[in-house]
Amino acid sequence: MKVTKDLVAASATPMVLGILAEGESYGYAILRRINELSGGELDWTEGLLYPLLHRLERLGYVEASWQAAKGERRRKYYRITDQGRTELAEQRRQWDTVVDALKKLGQGLADRGAMTVIPLEGKA
Amino acid sequence: MTVHESQEEELAAQFAQWRQYVQRRPELQKSDADELEDHLRGCVDELVVAGLSADEAFLVAVKRMGSLDELSREFAREHSERLWKQLVLTGETDGIGGSVPDKRARWDLWVMIGCAVGAAISIKVPELFGVAWEQSTPFYAANFSLFGLPWLAAYLGWRRQIRGPLIGIPVALFALGAVAANAYHPTGSSQMVVITSIHLPIALWFVVGLAYVARDWRSSRRRMDFIRFTGEWFVYLVLIALGGGVLVAFMFGTFNAIGVNPETFVIRWLIPCGVMGAIIVAGWLVEAKQSVVENIAPVLTRLFTPLFTAVLLAFLIAVVWSSAGIDVERQALILFDLLLVVVLGLLLYSISARDPLAPPGLFDKLQLALVVSALAIDVLVLFEITGRISGYGTTPNRAVALGENVILLVNLAWSAWLLLAFALRRTRFAKLERWQTGYLPVYAAWAWVVVLAFPPLFNYA
Repeated sequence: MKVTKDLVAASATPMVLGILAEGESYGYAILRRINELSGGELDWTEGLLYPLLHRLERLGYVEASWQAAKGERRRKYYRITDQGRTELAEQRRQWDTVVDALKKLGQGLADRGAMTVIPLEGKA
Repeated sequence: MTVHESQEEELAAQFAQWRQYVQRRPELQKSDADELEDHLRGCVDELVVAGLSADEAFLVAVKRMGSLDELSREFAREHSERLWKQLVLTGETDGIGGSVPDKRARWDLWVMIGCAVGAAISIKVPELFGVAWEQSTPFYAANFSLFGLPWLAAYLGWRRQIRGPLIGIPVALFALGAVAANAYHPTGSSQMVVITSIHLPIALWFVVGLAYVARDWRSSRRRMDFIRFTGEWFVYLVLIALGGGVLVAFMFGTFNAIGVNPETFVIRWLIPCGVMGAIIVAGWLVEAKQSVVENIAPVLTRLFTPLFTAVLLAFLIAVVWSSAGIDVERQALILFDLLLVVVLGLLLYSISARDPLAPPGLFDKLQLALVVSALAIDVLVLFEITGRISGYGTTPNRAVALGENVILLVNLAWSAWLLLAFALRRTRFAKLERWQTGYLPVYAAWAWVVVLAFPPLFNYA
């Protein structure tokens, strides 16, 4: 199963902000972390990640700086800002609402499914 | 170890090549290229650790990143402003041609500013020797091109890195122009002053052209580039003049509001110095922007060729229908000279933007109609004039106007012939292009003849 493109795009902002809330990071590491978190089910491309990072930077949710860690290449590191944390909390709340609603619906569906399945079985 | 090293080298070369591809995209800037390269290297490192050889890892990593088309499309969504090509005023090569080495590119802006300031100062130098701005209109009219154009030529020469005789010839010609403008001491109201102040700029503009084409003065392509340069330079100059007009208007308004009259400053300093500076700035803009912005002169010709054709045809029909002869008064010949210049300009700038290999199309036929109707009108005018010129006697004005008419007529007649042959697919378009670029020295020679030989010929009338 692969998550659809639309859903990947919709969840991209909280995902990146969430990863950066764990600590500052750079593009390639963020992509690997997403892979790791989703067990490879979230299909992220560079064309999605980097423009998104630049957009978050423009909106003030993250800060970027070129740094060279010891024994490593110079890299563009991204760090979440306070404004970014607020945004992350807000997006989390929205996602929770969506997921909760879906769960309840799923519950309902499952219940109804159970009810409709019985007569079917009964007929058979 | 050596195997490892050679692999490293190969990888570096591959990365360099990849960067070239990336930086060709206007949507991706240098910092994006850095960031993406780091990403690619991260991916390569991981694959090497997993057991792939360096170049295998590189191939896989590039493949994973996906096509650059898609990548730059995504970047364009976030950075749409990058698709509007911006002129980088700091002179960084990012985006501009890249033909000039970095160090020169950084100097370019400063050399331009130097030349512009030089030109602005030059026009005030005569005042040090008592030639007042308001009282010496004939002097400034005859000389104004000598203050700005040498600086423009110097700037272009610096860009082209011209050496030796290529420096000497323009310098000598500018000196010759200065002599021609002043040696004959044209007195106040003479026709000669007007003729010189019109023809000296043209003559000197071709000297600027020499600095522009530099070593390749024989090449038809380079001459065409100079024609393009001329058109764009003119468009930028007009735009700068519009901006300058707004500036002057605000200056008058705001300073008058506090009871200070800026008239003296504006007329004696701002306008003359501004115009001289603008000559160089416009040249610099064309040079800096030639690969950044689409040329505007050909667009204007596309727009106006049909309109001018319609007006000229209507005029011809009106002449035939009303059977009234053209009233050839004093200014008529000059007016029709200007008409031919406009038609030639329309022809020239659509040639400059045309793909020489494209087959003849509707626009070429339209141009043929434009040139033929202009020729027909001009022949009518010449017919009227030749009958009368003996009666009027020859003045310098009339001789100049007639000479110009003949030169333009010859050019347009042969152009019409070539256009017809091209429309009938009997000849290649390149012939028309070469005819126009080959004709340029004729204009230059004529302008110099007028400047140098006419005053003695007409006894300094």
